[in-house]
Amino acid sequence: MTFNIYDFTSFNQWIDKTLYDNLPSFWALIIEMTLIGVAFLLFYAVIGLFLVYAERKVCAFIQNRVGPNRVGPYGIFQTIADFIKLLMKEIIPINNADKFLFNLAPFIVIIASFMAIAAIPFGKGLHAIDFNIGIFYVMAVSSLGVVGILLAGWSSNNKYSLIGAMRSGAQIVSYELSVGLSMVTMVILAGSMQLSEIVEAQRNGWFIFTGHIPAFIAFVIFLIASTAETNRGPFDLAEAESELTAGFHTEYSGIKFAFFFLAEYMNMFIVASIAATIFWGGWMPLHIGGWVGFNHAMDFIPPFFWYMGKTLIVIFLMMWFKWTFPRLRIDQLLKLEWKYLLPINLFNIILMALVVLMGWHF
Amino acid sequence: MNAILNYLKELFGGIKTLLTGMKVTGYYFVHPKEIITQQYPENRKTLKMFDRFKGEVTMPHDENNQHKCTACGICEINCPNGSIEVISKQVEKADGKTKKELDVYIYKLSMCTFCGICIKVCPQDAITFSQGFEHAVFNKEKLIKTLNKPGSSLKEKVKEVKEVIE
Repeated sequence: MTFNIYDFTSFNQWIDKTLYDNLPSFWALIIEMTLIGVAFLLFYAVIGLFLVYAERKVCAFIQNRVGPNRVGPYGIFQTIADFIKLLMKEIIPINNADKFLFNLAPFIVIIASFMAIAAIPFGKGLHAIDFNIGIFYVMAVSSLGVVGILLAGWSSNNKYSLIGAMRSGAQIVSYELSVGLSMVTMVILAGSMQLSEIVEAQRNGWFIFTGHIPAFIAFVIFLIASTAETNRGPFDLAEAESELTAGFHTEYSGIKFAFFFLAEYMNMFIVASIAATIFWGGWMPLHIGGWVGFNHAMDFIPPFFWYMGKTLIVIFLMMWFKWTFPRLRIDQLLKLEWKYLLPINLFNIILMALVVLMGWHF
Repeated sequence: MNAILNYLKELFGGIKTLLTGMKVTGYYFVHPKEIITQQYPENRKTLKMFDRFKGEVTMPHDENNQHKCTACGICEINCPNGSIEVISKQVEKADGKTKKELDVYIYKLSMCTFCGICIKVCPQDAITFSQGFEHAVFNKEKLIKTLNKPGSSLKEKVKEVKEVIE
């Protein structure tokens, strides 16, 4: 067995082989699935807590405030304290609510984000499933979350929740189109839908550089549309505090609210990591053609850190414009999608096809 | 053609304004010195409130323990909450005349809304706002304050002195 921080393929194969050699294949499969599940659960907890803290700090600095600074040095334990508080809170049963759907909704939301994260490559050989239709799969499962949101709004027996859920539905249905089309633009350049192959294709330069103009336009559109898809500001009409108290999760409390909260942040993480993967090269280090020494030095940084760094930068971008722009009205939201993003996106696909066809990319 | 031009104009104008907004917030993000939040209990020693802060009403006394209040009572009449009570006394001067002077200036901090009318209407500028804001006490009685110091007297105006010289 060789554990190599730059390439996890052999390590994974070693685990796989050891399990299958020593156990019946059914139990080996179960244990493998459990291992991955536990790893993702831990990852979820850590990333969720970190992102909430990061969001609060970023928002504070942008608004000339200090942010959490009482619990631990620089307030780093604030989110842990908040999480413990949430866990100990009472789960309030709602009169006249549809009990089954009400309890089911948070799980659908969080399972959708769990399914999406499975396809993301964190490093070489470090992903749960490597589909040949990876992007297609991510697109499909990440839009499942809206079912949970709609159920939450519907089953709460609350006007605010229902309005929030309906808004969320309209928003996701329209913005899903832009997310998909901007991904398709990059698929044209990559020539593959498999996420590991897309990353491999960026060995000699990230797509945002090799695809230049159309790739950049696609990146901006992806960023806007995916922010809308995760119901984050300035597109947070579904949970507009000032109008709808908390939108679809008004009636939820305790751990169920925590599920929605966590799923929101994990969705942000997932779309940021997809953006990092298909535009910024995923775990691929920065390579500049011809600079052998520089490329070698860049290879020295483990791929996981490259991946995390890029993802965090994209997350920072999303936070930046969340805390800069005011919330859109529903008509402005739909106008932005159907009158601006969609035509530009369609034009951009043709441009990208032309670029690929004529070999104008690097 | 014109419609397309307008469309593009609207698009790029929109992008430009969005970038302007992001520039402002981005500037604040990388400049922690712009943070205006006061870390209050820690910086209690160095915290200096700005001049126009309305802390509580005070009556400044000079080094001779003299104030400028003539006990006219305008502040008491103007106070919307009745938090000021001016009690005057008749004092017999050296030349035999009796004159109204301030005896006790009672200020009830618990009833004050810090509107500042008393300070605006005072013809002598005898009262001002101080910058202190730590008003919490354990007993409500302590919020009833006497503003003039014991043994203080009215400061004679410089203008009257000039008349004497003439």
